[in-house]
Amino acid sequence: MSEPISMAEMITLTIDGAQVSVPKGTLAIRAAEAAGVAIPRFCDHPLLDPAGACRQCLVEIPDAGNGRGFPKPQPSCTTEAANGMVIKTQATSQMAKDAQEQILELLLLNHPLDCPICDKGGECPLQNQALADGRANTRFDGVKRTYPKPIPLSDLILLDRERCVLCARCTRFSDQISGDPMINLVERGAKSQIGIYPDEPYDSYFSGNVTQICPVGALTSADYRFSARPFDLTSTVTTCENCASGCQIRVDARRGVVRRRLAGENAEVNEEWSCDRGRFGFVSGHQKDRLTRPMVRKSGELVPVSWPEAIEAAVTGLKRARLDVGVLTGGRLTVETNYAYSRFARAVLHTNSIDFRSRSQSAEEAQFLAQHVAGRAGQDCVTYADLEKASKVVLVSFEPEDESPMVFLRLRKANRKKGLKIVTIAAYASRGAAKMGAELIPARPSDVPQAIRDLDIDKDAIILAGVPLTQIPGSFTALADKVAESGARLAWVPRRAGEIGALEAGCLPTLLPSGHLVSDDASRDEMSEVWGSRLPSTPGLSALELLQAASEGNIKALVTAGIEARDFLDPDAALAGFEKAFVVSLENRMSDVAALANVVLPVDLLETTEGTFLNWEHRVCPVDEAVPNPRAAMTDIRVLAALAEGLGKDLGFRTAAAARIELASLPTWTGPREPMTPVAALEPGRSIQLVTWRELLDDSRCLDGADALLATAREVVARISPQTLRDEGLATSTYVRLTGTKGSVVYPIRVEPTMVDGAIWVPFNPHSWRLNQTGLGVGANVILAAAPAPTKEGE
Amino acid sequence: MTDTLTPVLTRNWGQPRSWVLDEYRAQGGYEGLKKALTMTPTEVMNEVKDANLRGRGGAGFPTGMKWSFVPQDNPNPKYLVVNGDESEPGTCKDIPLLMASPHTLVEGVIISSYAINAHTAFIYIRGEVVHPIRRVRKAVQEAYDAGLLGKDILGSGYDLDVIVHSGAGAYICGEETALLNSLEGLRGQPRLRPPFPAVAGLYASPTVVNNVESISTVPSILAYGKDWFTSMGTEKSKGFTIYSLSGHVAHPGQYEAPMGITMRELIDLAGGIREGHQLKFFTPGGSSTPILTPDALDTVMDFEGLAAAGTMLGTKAMQIFDETTSIVRTTRRWVEFYKHESCGKCTPCREGTWWLAQLLARFEEGTAHEGDVDKLLSVCDDITGKSFCTLAEGAVACVTSAVRNFREEFEVGYHTPAWEYLPYAKSALFPVAQDDLEVRA
Amino acid sequence: MSDETYFEHTGSVDMSERATNIDKSTIEVLQSLADRYPLKRSALMPMLHYVQSVDGRVSPRGIEVIAQILEITPAQVSGVATFYTMYKRRPAGTHHIGVCTTALCAVMGGDILLETVEKELGIAPEQTTADGLFSLERIECNAACDFAPVMMVNWEFMDNMTPDKAKQLLDDLADERDVYSTRGPKLTGWRDTEMALAGIDDGLADEGPSAGPASLRGVEIAAEKGWSGVPKGTPGLAALPKPSPAGSAEPSEPEKASKPGAAKGKKGKK
Repeated sequence: MSEPISMAEMITLTIDGAQVSVPKGTLAIRAAEAAGVAIPRFCDHPLLDPAGACRQCLVEIPDAGNGRGFPKPQPSCTTEAANGMVIKTQATSQMAKDAQEQILELLLLNHPLDCPICDKGGECPLQNQALADGRANTRFDGVKRTYPKPIPLSDLILLDRERCVLCARCTRFSDQISGDPMINLVERGAKSQIGIYPDEPYDSYFSGNVTQICPVGALTSADYRFSARPFDLTSTVTTCENCASGCQIRVDARRGVVRRRLAGENAEVNEEWSCDRGRFGFVSGHQKDRLTRPMVRKSGELVPVSWPEAIEAAVTGLKRARLDVGVLTGGRLTVETNYAYSRFARAVLHTNSIDFRSRSQSAEEAQFLAQHVAGRAGQDCVTYADLEKASKVVLVSFEPEDESPMVFLRLRKANRKKGLKIVTIAAYASRGAAKMGAELIPARPSDVPQAIRDLDIDKDAIILAGVPLTQIPGSFTALADKVAESGARLAWVPRRAGEIGALEAGCLPTLLPSGHLVSDDASRDEMSEVWGSRLPSTPGLSALELLQAASEGNIKALVTAGIEARDFLDPDAALAGFEKAFVVSLENRMSDVAALANVVLPVDLLETTEGTFLNWEHRVCPVDEAVPNPRAAMTDIRVLAALAEGLGKDLGFRTAAAARIELASLPTWTGPREPMTPVAALEPGRSIQLVTWRELLDDSRCLDGADALLATAREVVARISPQTLRDEGLATSTYVRLTGTKGSVVYPIRVEPTMVDGAIWVPFNPHSWRLNQTGLGVGANVILAAAPAPTKEGE
Repeated sequence: MTDTLTPVLTRNWGQPRSWVLDEYRAQGGYEGLKKALTMTPTEVMNEVKDANLRGRGGAGFPTGMKWSFVPQDNPNPKYLVVNGDESEPGTCKDIPLLMASPHTLVEGVIISSYAINAHTAFIYIRGEVVHPIRRVRKAVQEAYDAGLLGKDILGSGYDLDVIVHSGAGAYICGEETALLNSLEGLRGQPRLRPPFPAVAGLYASPTVVNNVESISTVPSILAYGKDWFTSMGTEKSKGFTIYSLSGHVAHPGQYEAPMGITMRELIDLAGGIREGHQLKFFTPGGSSTPILTPDALDTVMDFEGLAAAGTMLGTKAMQIFDETTSIVRTTRRWVEFYKHESCGKCTPCREGTWWLAQLLARFEEGTAHEGDVDKLLSVCDDITGKSFCTLAEGAVACVTSAVRNFREEFEVGYHTPAWEYLPYAKSALFPVAQDDLEVRA
Repeated sequence: MSDETYFEHTGSVDMSERATNIDKSTIEVLQSLADRYPLKRSALMPMLHYVQSVDGRVSPRGIEVIAQILEITPAQVSGVATFYTMYKRRPAGTHHIGVCTTALCAVMGGDILLETVEKELGIAPEQTTADGLFSLERIECNAACDFAPVMMVNWEFMDNMTPDKAKQLLDDLADERDVYSTRGPKLTGWRDTEMALAGIDDGLADEGPSAGPASLRGVEIAAEKGWSGVPKGTPGLAALPKPSPAGSAEPSEPEKASKPGAAKGKKGKK
């Protein structure tokens, strides 16, 4: 398995009298870090290409390793360490100390004295250094350079040019890391500044990072400005719940309220970055619709009641339903919570009808997940690091920039630094694909299975499969075949943070925890033993089957956790099921499902709980409690334990920690896996096919309240090839009407030269509700017609 | 015995239509190229190396050696880029050359490109001089039409394309890596070195950047031989070069002479200081080279002689000022230049020139504070040796050399405006009617 | 030189005026410029020059079109456009008047020339007369120090200037009389120059002299003294004629009846 690690050539140098060995190619500033010496710096950032701009990190190099020294101080951020080199930093060299003091004086020359009102005050590298090493008094008695105070770079990011030290970290980040050079240095000399083109704001998915790497208070975010002082904040390291990337984040709270989130440092996952969704999308639970008290439906109305009354009502309803029950869990639950639902369904309700896929789904997908994704528990899983080493990475109906931004950043980095070859089977070369240098294999949805079969890959290639494949029959079959044939590795990258965890916790009708199979007696027995309860062998119903059965009266009760009817491909059908059944809804906010429930049980926000996520790599990503629970809400696990008690059973644990211990103790199923039943691909047909996916900044409810963030979302357009535009008689139209089986939606047209003919792309947001209601999903046949400009926004 | 003046590059400048191919050929033009094409590229490189031609753009780096740094096993294309961004204050030799005899440069470009195996060459000329640019473009077109450029040059099998590129106003683009950025359509800010352009320059490919005069000297070395070239000049500074004299001399102009002529000889050739006046100070090679005073008139004008005098040969651009000139005014104006031209990338240059300019304004206006002279020097010390490129060093050099030589005159700035101490009208080259002017005359 | 320390309107081009002359043929020319280079982004600067020749400044539309052709962001174009001083953010005048006030020219009389031109035109540097005829710029060293003090009109040399010559020059331009550069062609307009800078041949290369008198000073002395740099017998040596003093076939005759006083008030005032 493991290839021999090529040992980097090591060199030895002397820093402040101490010898240190570092790999050849290490910059002096980092060699000093290795020696425990911190050299002050502003422009230097380990993940950005060196700039040598601020000159704060000057050191004395009396010997460059060749016996000769530099007469002048040298920037340690651009000087490569050399064997035998002697470096004297500010700690041991008067030359270095003087140089740094002088540079600091120059940096402060035009810096405003507004630290008391600056958001960065208290965590500002410039402030810290001025205090630690700066002169007590300024010698500058001239006129400072001034600009109008903050100007917006976008609705989210503000720039105070007076504070800027022109280190160019932000512009290097946007250019090198995220590939969004919508900010650039403009003007020249003393007038140099960061700027945008006024008609094109800095609407990057990654814009928040620049506020974090800015070494002064020049870049701030609209939503955090003036809301806290760094020294009033308590910080918690946890994991972002906004997608399956598994980013480590730092959550900062002031007096029990989360004020901001920062990217954490996890070199193996998100390095030091986060996306804006992860950084700013955390206020949905702070809205007015936050549920704080249990409710029971009385005379058609949900009314607040006590916990005992609510539990009693739920238990009564569930008892009445007997075995005609099902459990629907959302995609954002922790592993522990998922595990609790899984055990609750099987061992308490005695049903296998549990499904985390509160979205579009197929039996082919379920089989694929059971066969190729579940039961891995971190073994033999593709990792971020693997992506960088692959011979080729193939994206299949997967748009990393929208669906897993850290996968995007890693792929872009690998392409930029190592020339990683990336190909994407997609309907057009998206902006994200272009930024990764990905080669497009154009495919309409119905062409995807064949495109998979035609891939030219070897065993060192990695295929990343996206969630929209669930709507393309035959695609998972093709993937399974291709992997078997080529030996390439495969990873499924879901959008939601909890999906891999749900899979491993056994939240599929066919699948028990850790890859155990419902259909296999031995496998089921292993779990029965752990849970001390005989488990049902009857196959469970999928989410869609449950809802169908509920609407027909065959399923009498549903337990739901964090789901929305509008996430289903046919929301009206879903609502019909919820309307008919006795619904126990465990929720933290009022939702379209909770509104129809018979019992609503308020549960904690993620920020007040602990647990773990498994990211797309199946990596364990800890979630920690960022703020104390201020109210009487409970965790899902405690509520389930109470319900179990009411039903005369024991859930087995009442805390996430206990659930985690139990889950960790489970053996991973190593027996046979259920073979996949091949599914044939659809005939392409001549109709126009719809292509759609959720963009990163979409209309999902977890972004509610993040108004500044949402204002930076991408323009809503329909993309169509020039040929199709002509074929459909739309050449002179500005708007197009998409008509599905149940209605139509209108979009402005954007000609997309790379778009495959016979297809049209629209974002799944912000019209997901309407798109679903009109019967439009990935691969749906759609009728196009010219349309007049919509009269209202979003109509 | 070498003559006092040795016109080689300048010798045809007075010919009517000297810029036209036929005229250039009538003067022996393109003979150097013909000879070069009978040699191997390495032989051509060695000829230039052995002639010990040193860069005429300021730094004096041996041209042939620069060529030899190009890794010929690098699979990328090789590029020659001619630096015609002549912008150093006082420097005015390349622009007249481009205007009067663009074919000298084009011939040099072909020979030099051949020597480094380049098949594309660029001539980057500052944008503010449109007529020389027209002439160079025309010369390149004529060369294409005559089979001197393009495919199979003069039947040699060697191909070369030349692209003429105009800048848009930025002194910093005279710095070779800034020039490369500019040529790539970027802001003209200097790049980190290493990698050096010879290894990863234009489009990250091996690139040689040479000054206009350096490249223009190459054809004569090929035509007349390295021995002819090395027969002129001093021990380590071989050959001839164009010295530019401007300011308070009777006849400012271009004087092409062997390396090693003295300042005194040059001023004599230019008819001496303007009548009735005496020399006060001069720059030997542009404003970035520390100024000298009359006691340095016998300094040998080559790389070594001026280094020994604590300054530099630079671009051999002597700006000559007589006793009417305020050193404070001149210094401030130079520093304003550097402030205006600072690219803004590094702190010492961007902020340091900002500060220096403010301090010098006080000196000129007679409002400097006691101790400001020392502060001025201290700010120079803040900057010196710390900037990304040498632009800021130029600003510092003109200040420190001015203060070193004329400290008392700066101290006058504690109480008296410079224009009162040395009325500016007296420095002008034309009579000034006092009532026409509102201030500072 | 500027004492400005509060930069309110910096950072981009003037976005308040969206008028443009850029059409399909403009875009074709811009595309052809991009095609001249091994990597098309290299054409950014010529393209900006060309946009100025069409729109009289770097217009928003110009930035957007260039960004599209080069497949870069408008901010990247704007970053370049605001770095180089020849790119104008606001509509420039028909004629661009540059007065060199870097140290040597300033001392030799450039400061007085600038003051003269300011008074004549009634505008400060970086401004344009109300009638759109003249823009004024305080320029840095233009590599013509041996002709100091120097002015540039539309980036053509106007050597050895005096206040009287400057006034005459402005009068002649205002009255649409022919004016010739001392070392170049007849002055037509700034936009024509920008076109030439972009790399579009204007057929004017053969205008004007080989060199100005100062450029020839050394050659003249050498000819007089019989000094030479090249080996004896090299073609062309004997043929060196005495250079004509003015060089130009059609000088602007600055000595000709200059009536600065009478001319006042004719040119564009604010």
